Amino acid sequence: MTSRRLGIDRSPGYGVDRDAEHSFTLDGEAHTGLSGDTVASAMVAAGELPCGPSLYLGRARGIMGAGVEEPNALLHVEPRSPGHAAESMLPATTVELVDGLRASWLQGLGRLDETPDGALYDHTRVHTDVLVVGAGPAGIAAASQAAASGARTMLLDEQPAPGGSLLSSRGERIESTDAVAWARRTVDDARTAAEFTYLPRTTAVGSYDANYVVAVENRTDHLPASERPGVSRQRVWHIRAAEVILAAGAHERPLMFADDDRPGIMLAEAVRTYLNRYAALAGEQIVVATTNDSVYSLLEDLAEAGAPPVAVVDSRPEATPRAAAVLEATGVRGIFDAVVTGSDGDGDAGRLTAVTVHRLDRDDVPVGSVETLSADLLAVSGGHSPVVHLHSQRQGGIAWDDVLAAFVPSAPVARQQTVGAMAGTWSLSRALRTGAEAGRRAAEACGFRAEGADSPSDSPQTRDPLADGPRADLDYGPVRALWLIGAPDAQDPAEWSTHFVDMQRDQTVADALRAVGAGMRSVEHVKRYTSISTANDQGRTSAVNTVGLLATVLGAGHPGQVGTTTYRAPYTPVPFAALAGRRRGELFEPARITNIHSWHADHGAVFEDVGQWKRPRYYPRTGEDMETAVLRECAAARGSVGFQDVSTLGKIEIRGTDTGRLLDRIYTGVFSKLRVGRGRYGLMCTPDGMIFDDGVTLRIADDRYLMTTTTGGAATVLDWLEEWHQTEWPELDVAFTSVTEQWSTVAVVGPKSREVISRIAPELDVSNEAFGFMAFRETTLRNGVPARICRVSFSGELAFEVNVANFCGLATWELIAEAGAPFDITPYGTEAMHVLRAEKGLIIVGQDTDGTVTPQDAGMGWAVSTTEDFIGRRSHSRPDTARQDRKHLVGVLPADGRTLLPEGAQLVGAQTPITPEEGPVPMLGHVTSSYRSAALGRPFGLAMVWDGRNRIGEVVRSPVDGRLVDVELTSPVHFDPEGTRRDG
Amino acid sequence: MLLITCPHCGPRDEVEFHYGGQAHVAYPEDPQALDDAAWAHFLFYRDNPAGAFAERWQHSAGCRKWFDVVRDTVTYEFLTPEGGSR
Repeated sequence: MTSRRLGIDRSPGYGVDRDAEHSFTLDGEAHTGLSGDTVASAMVAAGELPCGPSLYLGRARGIMGAGVEEPNALLHVEPRSPGHAAESMLPATTVELVDGLRASWLQGLGRLDETPDGALYDHTRVHTDVLVVGAGPAGIAAASQAAASGARTMLLDEQPAPGGSLLSSRGERIESTDAVAWARRTVDDARTAAEFTYLPRTTAVGSYDANYVVAVENRTDHLPASERPGVSRQRVWHIRAAEVILAAGAHERPLMFADDDRPGIMLAEAVRTYLNRYAALAGEQIVVATTNDSVYSLLEDLAEAGAPPVAVVDSRPEATPRAAAVLEATGVRGIFDAVVTGSDGDGDAGRLTAVTVHRLDRDDVPVGSVETLSADLLAVSGGHSPVVHLHSQRQGGIAWDDVLAAFVPSAPVARQQTVGAMAGTWSLSRALRTGAEAGRRAAEACGFRAEGADSPSDSPQTRDPLADGPRADLDYGPVRALWLIGAPDAQDPAEWSTHFVDMQRDQTVADALRAVGAGMRSVEHVKRYTSISTANDQGRTSAVNTVGLLATVLGAGHPGQVGTTTYRAPYTPVPFAALAGRRRGELFEPARITNIHSWHADHGAVFEDVGQWKRPRYYPRTGEDMETAVLRECAAARGSVGFQDVSTLGKIEIRGTDTGRLLDRIYTGVFSKLRVGRGRYGLMCTPDGMIFDDGVTLRIADDRYLMTTTTGGAATVLDWLEEWHQTEWPELDVAFTSVTEQWSTVAVVGPKSREVISRIAPELDVSNEAFGFMAFRETTLRNGVPARICRVSFSGELAFEVNVANFCGLATWELIAEAGAPFDITPYGTEAMHVLRAEKGLIIVGQDTDGTVTPQDAGMGWAVSTTEDFIGRRSHSRPDTARQDRKHLVGVLPADGRTLLPEGAQLVGAQTPITPEEGPVPMLGHVTSSYRSAALGRPFGLAMVWDGRNRIGEVVRSPVDGRLVDVELTSPVHFDPEGTRRDG
Repeated sequence: MLLITCPHCGPRDEVEFHYGGQAHVAYPEDPQALDDAAWAHFLFYRDNPAGAFAERWQHSAGCRKWFDVVRDTVTYEFLTPEGGSR
């Protein structure tokens, strides 16, 4: 096909380098383009507008826009570097051309590349005084003023070069110079300021509370392959700005008429962008259809490029002064009070060949005889919609402006301003002036003095741009908006099934009317009923048109009475890989490991995550599965001796003369009377009386306690202590310090544990008489390491916990391993620990309890003081809490002695018919813990059961794998109920 | 993300803080002296205004101090520039 690329004599080509040609393939075919092209502009320059067919209907479609508004031209882009993933769906209008790019057209739907993306993505966090979004004329003017004041200023723009709409223009002049050169120079000047940052190819995608703006910067896709390594592909910017100026521009709306979706029907502003920025003429036989004055600049530019349009079809009754002047100067035919009502195309390719034109009556209804105009390009403008997304995300008000026929910001967001086309300011001179004023205001709000009139050359507002540019003061003219364009022989919108509203979703006026017919009135409902504006273009060309047609159909006075759908982040799609950044694989979350971790890893431990901790779950020997390993580990702890790394338990040191008094309130038990040198198990409740955490607390000295918490609860408990101390009882003399990571702790468990401890702590009298249960001793281990040894047990066995300085953990572990070797001391993990404690009916907070369980429910009334007024005590006498038939902790034994009940399995009364088809089956409770037991020789579990303690001995049923299993309710203590093993 | 001014550390991102609900709801001096209704009122009833709301925050990932602020629940704006520390 003939090239439609224009020489410098016919187009400024602001965005392309005519001397730098790139080769690329599209659908396997070789193409060329220029440096600065997008894939779309290269194809326009090649005279090839068609892209992939439409999503559902398979209709021929073509490139319609020139930026992020593009609904049709979607690309799959092959990986740009080895090891990277393919891009599943990008608008061709946003893909910058590089040599060797390989892409293919999509039919409206991408396919995710399942290979891991090896590209680097990163995040950065910055603070700035002034953030300007959009480097069009208003944004540049604002940023330049702010930067000149000394305020730290950031200017973000989605395009590779500054200028915004100026890049699509020609002949525009600012301060006696070419407007695009002005844009470049002004940004370059600002960059000499120490505190100025300009980020091209960066899209602000989300605006959040307190001026927290998230932006995504594309950093490598436009670079030659050789320059990409070592640079992250995309960077997510987290920006906190004191002042935000939004200058995000506007998007043009298409017109909705019969067969409005052919290749060759393009937004007028896109035609102008291709013409001036990319030096590409999108068609040769051009018709322009409009509702406003904005297209007359395109007319002038086309005429200047030697390609004047055939005609302009203008909905307004007569030519505005601007229109009249342009028509006279260019000799283009103007057809007023008229509208394009349909199109004709060329066979399968569907490329536009002609448009039909009708006159409009006073009610916007096409009337009279048809005129057919041959055309290969129809440039349409149904008006412009300010890009209010970021403003609206912050709940900034928007309102319908009947003069502009657009939703514009109407109520400000605190410490934010909107300027330029985004604020409904179409004239360049006003955009420059209001932009500069906004920049100065923002700088002053941050405490900087804007230079203003002192330096005229930097201040567009001090010169009169009108004197420079012939078009700088152009207004938008009156608008005659058209939402429903029928034809004399097609008056019922419900039948307009080729009036496409949302091209990407293939939704038509008929579809929208069907939603209304189904009773939908709210635009939010119509959106969801039809899927209009839910595609990845987020309805940039369809959302306001939908509002307009609804307003007409529903007889609302104007679109403002229908309102808009909610604008949500992200403004443009953000790759998940970018959101993940470096937080992938082992950097996904910080891993906390104990001092003994390397030993566990060397000995084949299988780890599990407990909070951020890596804890050994079990230590399989060759050929063992988890079940076998855990049974062996449990048998060792009950039969001889086992040892476990319990360093991860939360540890909080509490000091102060009132520590005991505080603990009496925090715990359900009494701690103020605990003797120094002893420990006590404690339960914590929330004020509603429910179990919150548990652990053993030691009294180190009169005014010093060491509290242990659950592994996962350490941070929460520390916050809890601080809260009660600071907000309720600040008069108490206490202070809290997390010491979890200061200590390594090894539990030595089993009948032989006393002998192991005596071997590693020769100075210690380990006899039961000298060193009783719940006592602790300070001693020095055989290897010279000072240690605190406690007699606590979470298994029912004789057991000790050896606490040493964290960095002595591994040495101490190895010392214990060596001392225990004669007894075949066995390392065990969390799984065996769970089994051992469950055999004894000991709860794990958060597994057997869930925030609705009182100590009494758990059968732990013994841990509850009857005298102290601890947190939650009052709730234990509330009528519901005091009931005797609440859910109780009980044991469960599958009657067949073989079935392992799944944790979470429901329990049903033995006589209860299982008839789910008749409604919910009443449940008695559920299994909270379930394991195979070496000691019991059978599976067993714990459960929370209504009135459970009074049902012990009862047989209930549980559905397991589609069958019903008989389950006996028992005491929660399955093993050694007399507690004979605790003292060895 | 809110920007919260800790009275001790200055403005910090919301992620450093722990929310503590309505302020000025004192734990009863003697819970046992309350009847069930009064105790339930303390446990479960909190204001939910659309507008100014006195609430508690803790700078849990910073100085761990609790403080009170007044915040507008509609605009999320903090109405007390300096939080009154308790």
